[in-house]
Amino acid sequence: MKLKKTVITGLAIAATLGAAPAFSAGEQFIGLTSYRVGPYAAGGSGIFGGLIDYMSLVNARDGGINGVKLVWEECETEYNNARGVECYERLKTKGPTGNTVVHPLSTGITYSLIDKATADKIPIISLGYGRTDATDGSVFPYVFPLVTNYWSQNTAKIKFIGMKEGGMDKLKGKKIVNIYHDSAYGKETIPVLDVQAKKYGFSVTHVPVAHPGNEQQSQWLQVRQIKPDWVILRGWGVMNPTALKSAAKIGFPREKIVGVWWSGAEEDTIPAGSAAKGFIAAGFNVAGANYPVIKDIQKFVYAKGNGNMEDKSRVGSVYYNRGVVHGILTVEAIRTAQEKFGKGKPITGEQMRWGIEHLNVDAKKLKALGAEGFMPDLKVTCSDHEGSGKVKFQQWDGKKWNVITDWIDADQSIVRPMIEESAAKYAKEKGIKPRDCSKES
Amino acid sequence: MLYREAGQFKASYREDQQIFPIRQDKIAIALILAFFYLVVPVIGDQYWLKAILVPVLIFSLAALGLNILTGYAGQLSLGTAAFMAAGAFGAFNFMLRMPDFPVFSEVKILFAFIFGGLMAALVGIVFGLPSLRIKGFYLAVATLAAQFFVVWALTKFSWFSNYSSSGVISAQDVVLFGVPIDTPESRYLFVLVIVTVLALLAKNMVRSATGRAWMAVRDMDVAAEVIGIRLLHTKLLAFAVSSFYCGVAGALYAFCYLGTVEPEGFNLDMSFRILFMIIIGGVGSVLGSFLGAAFIVLLPIFLNVFFHAVFAGAVPAGLGSNLELMIFGGLIIFFLIVEPHGLARLWQIGKEKLRLWPFPH
Amino acid sequence: MQFFFEVLIGGLLSGVMYSLVALGFVLIYKASGVFNFAQGAMVFFAALTFVGLMQDYNLPFWLAMLVALGAMVMLGILTERIVLRPLVNQPPITLFMATIGLTFFIEGMAQGFWGANVRGLDLGIEDVPIEWLAERYGIFTSKFDIFSAAIAGILVAVLAIFFQRTKVGRALRAVADDHQAALAVGIPLQQIWRIVWGVAGFVALVAGMLWGARNGVQFALTFVALKALPVLILGGFESIPGAIVGGLIIGASEKLAEVYIGPFVGGGIESWFPYVLALLFLLVRPEGLFGEKHIDRV
Repeated sequence: MKLKKTVITGLAIAATLGAAPAFSAGEQFIGLTSYRVGPYAAGGSGIFGGLIDYMSLVNARDGGINGVKLVWEECETEYNNARGVECYERLKTKGPTGNTVVHPLSTGITYSLIDKATADKIPIISLGYGRTDATDGSVFPYVFPLVTNYWSQNTAKIKFIGMKEGGMDKLKGKKIVNIYHDSAYGKETIPVLDVQAKKYGFSVTHVPVAHPGNEQQSQWLQVRQIKPDWVILRGWGVMNPTALKSAAKIGFPREKIVGVWWSGAEEDTIPAGSAAKGFIAAGFNVAGANYPVIKDIQKFVYAKGNGNMEDKSRVGSVYYNRGVVHGILTVEAIRTAQEKFGKGKPITGEQMRWGIEHLNVDAKKLKALGAEGFMPDLKVTCSDHEGSGKVKFQQWDGKKWNVITDWIDADQSIVRPMIEESAAKYAKEKGIKPRDCSKES
Repeated sequence: MLYREAGQFKASYREDQQIFPIRQDKIAIALILAFFYLVVPVIGDQYWLKAILVPVLIFSLAALGLNILTGYAGQLSLGTAAFMAAGAFGAFNFMLRMPDFPVFSEVKILFAFIFGGLMAALVGIVFGLPSLRIKGFYLAVATLAAQFFVVWALTKFSWFSNYSSSGVISAQDVVLFGVPIDTPESRYLFVLVIVTVLALLAKNMVRSATGRAWMAVRDMDVAAEVIGIRLLHTKLLAFAVSSFYCGVAGALYAFCYLGTVEPEGFNLDMSFRILFMIIIGGVGSVLGSFLGAAFIVLLPIFLNVFFHAVFAGAVPAGLGSNLELMIFGGLIIFFLIVEPHGLARLWQIGKEKLRLWPFPH
Repeated sequence: MQFFFEVLIGGLLSGVMYSLVALGFVLIYKASGVFNFAQGAMVFFAALTFVGLMQDYNLPFWLAMLVALGAMVMLGILTERIVLRPLVNQPPITLFMATIGLTFFIEGMAQGFWGANVRGLDLGIEDVPIEWLAERYGIFTSKFDIFSAAIAGILVAVLAIFFQRTKVGRALRAVADDHQAALAVGIPLQQIWRIVWGVAGFVALVAGMLWGARNGVQFALTFVALKALPVLILGGFESIPGAIVGGLIIGASEKLAEVYIGPFVGGGIESWFPYVLALLFLLVRPEGLFGEKHIDRV
């Protein structure tokens, strides 16, 4: 009997894997490689919740993009590279025109998909993570680290610190400690910090924290020995609240800690309680529900009971709003592509790539979208797949994030040569012949 | 009726020592191999070949490696992913740093895999040394040292990743005899050939004197020592062979499946999953490694697809994903309870039944 | 020198936190021979249930703690009934794998029921340096860490009394010594197992509350189990004092190593150093610091 059951179950598995849900012809399909379980579930559910809600808003309020409804399907990756690849392959051919665009939302999965997506002609949008040198669109035609990357953000941080000190020349002789998550992600900004340290004459000490970072006594005691003027926190997950708590333990002022955007969400500060008060983090999107676009989501999606968030109070949180930024850029890129390849028709991945590469969301457009001040304006080109590089700094007041600066530009004079050098090295390793961007239309 | 070995006489020692002594087994294996070599590449679509079969085969190889160590030699290890990482990075660096010269460069990729396996074997031997004094769970926790140390070292010393700013390596293209292996079909066949060869080798190895020594050590090492088995030699050999298999699996994982890997990808969770594969599949069984790998790779995917097909929209997405995880955990416990000896045991029971079929009495 | 002591004290206090988690492992291993990998998930589940009850259902502190404790005891009893009883007499590795299955189950249950949100937990003790110590000796030691250490100390004392002085405790020790002999003298084995899993649930709750107050109640709480494993091999799987002493040694040495050896090899060695230390220690004493020596006979 057992044997028979096993055989039947096996057949059932095969049958279900083979069956594909049907999508109708006039729809634009977007495959979502999401994760809602495990240690990063808070980020995953927030960002994908925001993205899905924005797409629902476009469908409900505007009836889609020029009449083309957006449809999507989620696939659980558990933040695991192998599962991510499986999800990508599973979603790739669904919908009338196949998957339009991938948001891996994991640096590891992004890396694993670069070759595959390029071969399949499906663009990857890696907003605020992934391969920094993919900013060089001549080598990475299908990868878009939109808005800003880690290196740009790091130069903006140093600019911010300079601002606080009263000018970039005041940085000379200052001491900065870079506390980083001891992983590929954490190590990424070390070279760019070293370059800036040389340029501006401050000293920088890199202090690694072993994954997952739930113990940081020794690192912060080292910080106390060094007595730095500023600490840059390049944290991830539980490492962030622990860092803030440990800073409080040695009495280091949190106003002097500047975090990356993966350190700057409510999820990073609330667990630290009062120890987080005063902490500053960079971000390419701001927190808050007082923007017209979020209000529209409340009105058109949540008021009708269609919202994706299980916890409605998270609408307007940093992660959620980041998801909305994902949504805005995806939708605008589809719109751009439709303008070129025919309105009211679903576009293919290849056409989407053109759309993202010609994406131009200026201040006027942001205003029309109800996202003025919510995210920076950006203009993507063939050679610049980032498009903006601007960040705002927010400070935690114990209850919520408050914006304390306007958009601060990255120092492209430092970042761009490093990106080109790194991209060229990659091109050489993989035998890629970079496109000539002056000939692209 | 069909599966009856009555009448098959073995006249020589050689015949008796065949790898598949029963004629029906030989036919079955031939059919299965023919199916996977000839039929699957033709009927399998891209998704099945690329996203299902290749990872299943690669994980089967890793599970086979662990099964040699845990199932045959009785040494519990939680560092499998670390050995795979050593293999992946070893192969990458071999391809990167080894100069090309004629003839050799035609098959360089194969040497790279072997080199990756050897590097993993080296790591395995080093971390296998404590097994001489430590046993059981103490050893299992000690192999965690390998798990964390290898990942740390690969992240920390940029040389391993050729100084890439993010520590991620992009595997070189797989080219054999000047032919690029890049279509889903060729990639699948390439992996299949390597896995078949290594699996046959393993099957033979566990039947040999080495394998018998391993099993003696597994069953009771003091007794094994008394009858003259060299413990040091036997245990370390098990670690080396097992890690070699895991290393090759790691290299295949990087070169033929993901394309790019980061050290953190080879985490403890992966080690656990491979351990699951051998427990669910069957400890001390080559076949079990394959069944277990297929089960553990396919189950979460199946659950995910199933949930989307049945409950799409009815359950909030977060709850759905968590339910999948709960069912995955629950099914593992269920399987351990109903068949603690794994899927391979089910196969055996099936064979017993088949032997009497259609007249069970 | 003052810096050395600061690191040392910090390490010892962290070590107590590791011991707290290790204690749960020891209890279950001692009584039922199961290496319960789900302990980390139990810590997470307990803390999340406690905080969830306080925040979502507005229960007062003590009531929330009581209900959470009830949930943990229920979980323990169900585990014994559904998972362990059918697996009696299976090899230890099968039981170990079953507890990993249990880990997935509990993790899914925790986040499925309470959501993926990261939550803060304030026990009312501030995590700031003790002033007089900082002023007089220049040593920064957190009030909260001292408080946690005190709680851990009380917990161990209570458990010791429970094991040594009560009838149930005596029965527990008897089961730990020899299952069959205990059965023969009429000790109800399954009831004892239920009690042990209940007590382990209680320990998980205490550990979860303290760790949760330290780092926030989130999925990463399950990782504290990884910190407890080297403590276990160092102290021995079967010894409560071993868990405490092992925790202190691991805590202090990993911090000292990170500060004094770390800079020479690039830092971040805390992930593997405790394991290597425990490994080296095992080479000298294969059954851990306080573990029972097993004699193999052919």
